Amino acid sequence: MRRRPFLTLSMTSLGGLLVYTLDRQPAIVHAQNASQVRVPLRFFNESEALLIAAAAARIFPSDESGPGATEAGVVVFIDRQLASRFGADRYRYTKPPFEEGVPEQGYQGKENPRHIYRQGLQLLAGFDRLDAAAQDEKLSQIEHTRFFRLLREQTIQGMFCDPMHGGNANLIGWQLIGYPGPYMSWTDDIERHAGEAFRPKPMSLGDVTGRAVKPWEDEAE
Amino acid sequence: MKTLPRVDVVIVGGGWSGLLMAKELGARTSLSVLVLERGVPRDTSTYAQGMDELDYAIRLRMMQDASKETVTVRHSPKDRALPIRQFASFLPGDGTGGAGEHWNGLTPRFAPDCFDIRTRTVERYGLRRLPANSSIQDWAMTYDELEPYYTKAEQLLGVSGDSAGDPFAPPRSAPFPTPPMKTATYPALFGKAARSLGYHPYPAASSNLSRIYKNPDGIVRPPCQYCGYCERFGCMVGAKAQPTNTLLPVIARQKGVTLRHGAKVRRVRHSNGQATGVTYVNGAGEEVLQPAGLVILASWTLNNTRLLLLSKVGVAYDPSTGKGVVGRNFTHQVTVRLNLFFRQPLNGFMGAGAAGVAISDLDCDNFDHKELTFIRGGGISATALGARPIANFGAVPLSLKRDWGSEWKKAAVEYFDRTARLTCSAEHMAYRSNYLDLDPTYTDSSGDPLLRLTIDWYENEHNTSEFFAAKMTEIGRAMDATTTAATPPLRQYSVNHYQSTHLQGGAIAGASPESSVVNKYLQHWQTPNLFVLGASSFPQNASGNPTLTLLAQTLMTADALVGRYMKHPGALA
Repeated sequence: MRRRPFLTLSMTSLGGLLVYTLDRQPAIVHAQNASQVRVPLRFFNESEALLIAAAAARIFPSDESGPGATEAGVVVFIDRQLASRFGADRYRYTKPPFEEGVPEQGYQGKENPRHIYRQGLQLLAGFDRLDAAAQDEKLSQIEHTRFFRLLREQTIQGMFCDPMHGGNANLIGWQLIGYPGPYMSWTDDIERHAGEAFRPKPMSLGDVTGRAVKPWEDEAE
Repeated sequence: MKTLPRVDVVIVGGGWSGLLMAKELGARTSLSVLVLERGVPRDTSTYAQGMDELDYAIRLRMMQDASKETVTVRHSPKDRALPIRQFASFLPGDGTGGAGEHWNGLTPRFAPDCFDIRTRTVERYGLRRLPANSSIQDWAMTYDELEPYYTKAEQLLGVSGDSAGDPFAPPRSAPFPTPPMKTATYPALFGKAARSLGYHPYPAASSNLSRIYKNPDGIVRPPCQYCGYCERFGCMVGAKAQPTNTLLPVIARQKGVTLRHGAKVRRVRHSNGQATGVTYVNGAGEEVLQPAGLVILASWTLNNTRLLLLSKVGVAYDPSTGKGVVGRNFTHQVTVRLNLFFRQPLNGFMGAGAAGVAISDLDCDNFDHKELTFIRGGGISATALGARPIANFGAVPLSLKRDWGSEWKKAAVEYFDRTARLTCSAEHMAYRSNYLDLDPTYTDSSGDPLLRLTIDWYENEHNTSEFFAAKMTEIGRAMDATTTAATPPLRQYSVNHYQSTHLQGGAIAGASPESSVVNKYLQHWQTPNLFVLGASSFPQNASGNPTLTLLAQTLMTADALVGRYMKHPGALA
């Protein structure tokens, strides 16, 4: 039996409360917790997860403009998506014949996201051992591949999805852009706040509805 | 094949038009009415748990499952069609209520001049100004004939609006049932700028509801909460008019009406000019014959036409000879979008699908086209839809080398809540070479041929989109916003970018059987006990959102069915 792979993350790299210092620099406050968390992986093995995490961290870096893919746990999101029916293209029309068309006819390839990531992982061999400048150079070389476009799209999704999907840990992505989440009512505010940034405390769908919501990827067929 | 007991009326499709017809027949007749819906029932109490952008707006959880059934597409009859493997340019609905569950609720009337478009265009500009190869034609009914039904449809939905500021507003016999929606920051900025440029902004007609409303059937709906989750979502408080909250509670009390789920209709049975029923596959995969005295197709534009073609009812359109009618005059919509970038935050997360401000100054033939390179026009609007983060993150006004990395991220974070989109929904003319037929290669999960879309944009659309991109850029400047190029410029029809889910034609209504599939009562010319409801009857796109018009037509058809057809079955026109 294959041993279940885990990704080990330090608690101080994930999520946290985003605050701005007096000179408007973003800073993240963590609870006093130096422990590590072991996240069970569903699709990648640990070394593959580290490659994807490193690439996502260059697409959406953690830098002076705030937290990025690392703090949001983007790789955990991507891993769960690929393991689910979306990785297998369950909802895409996949009947043959597969013919090449014009771009306006949309993606006609046979490869599903799992295949595309498998090919992409080969392109990224050794990527996590490069320095940041060399990593950016490497990504520039592949930025027009279908793999990179999918990775970029899923990095954004992992930054800003509801945390039930595995990304946007501690709502760090929503804190970054001032998105408050799926509040039930803005009736009293919709005609107010013109010209000012109205930034209610972010809440997840589970916070708003008061119960755990099951993401689609976790539901049985 | 299992044969079920005969019913008086079978309705194919449990969306807006099918359920509205069922409700009308249930209220006004003692007929046995069976609605066959291929999808699942909706549990509207779960809509609050559906406020998840990824599953619903990105993964399209409420939409048609493309793995089971899609369509193929090509630009011209000489090209090879390939399947749309994932929906993007339009999003077909599925399940009870259909797309009516996850619409935005924009509910305008069509302008009177849309109904006699060909006559008016020729009168004012001459035959030569009709676009080359176009097949536009006047509607089967006039605005005046439809007006009383527009009023009834507005009262059914409780439409919120105020047309006092719009000099181009169609005449109305009754005021809007409810006052307009609240105005968020972004639409307010648009209204002010549009007025400064001499346009006439007005609040968009909305079925999201500005206040609590009780309709003539006694259905009570609460006011909109502006949560920003309309398009692609069911309304969690039931404010937005949806077939499940507006029609189903009435139908549930009617003895004569039954709604059956998981019933995917494959053929209309017919012989000697009479429809005799339908066959469908049930949830267990069995073929079932459902005999009926009257067959009503209400399964959306594409499936209505596909069922007629699969069942060989009427003559399929042949673009090389121009003969035949089933499948002709297929239209989509010309949509132009322009990103605006502001210095101030917009708090764009607040909103509703129809919480917008619009102008009609450049719609229809409301402006002179003598010196222009196209006919007709479109409405421009600014709506506070609720800017959700995945779909809206990433637009920046600067020309950056990359759309990833530190520089892009910094700008995208900064502009996330300073960006909004101006939208133009313009008319799409009908052409001889844009049509629907059956695909020779690809099939659905039952083995039936997929519908094939042959569609492209032509000079009128290219010129319309360029004209509006320029006008919208002017408006953007007047809003003190930076703009980038309107995306994407219309050249060849593409399945990759959302246009709208407003598809029309294929089973159009007209004045004669030579030019149309159904008459003005949406009754099939050769098969009088077959009716085909919905926007499949529109001879061309009319710029505005189609729902109110197709509801009004359904009510007009219901009147003709109950008042005349039931007494004297036969041709109504």
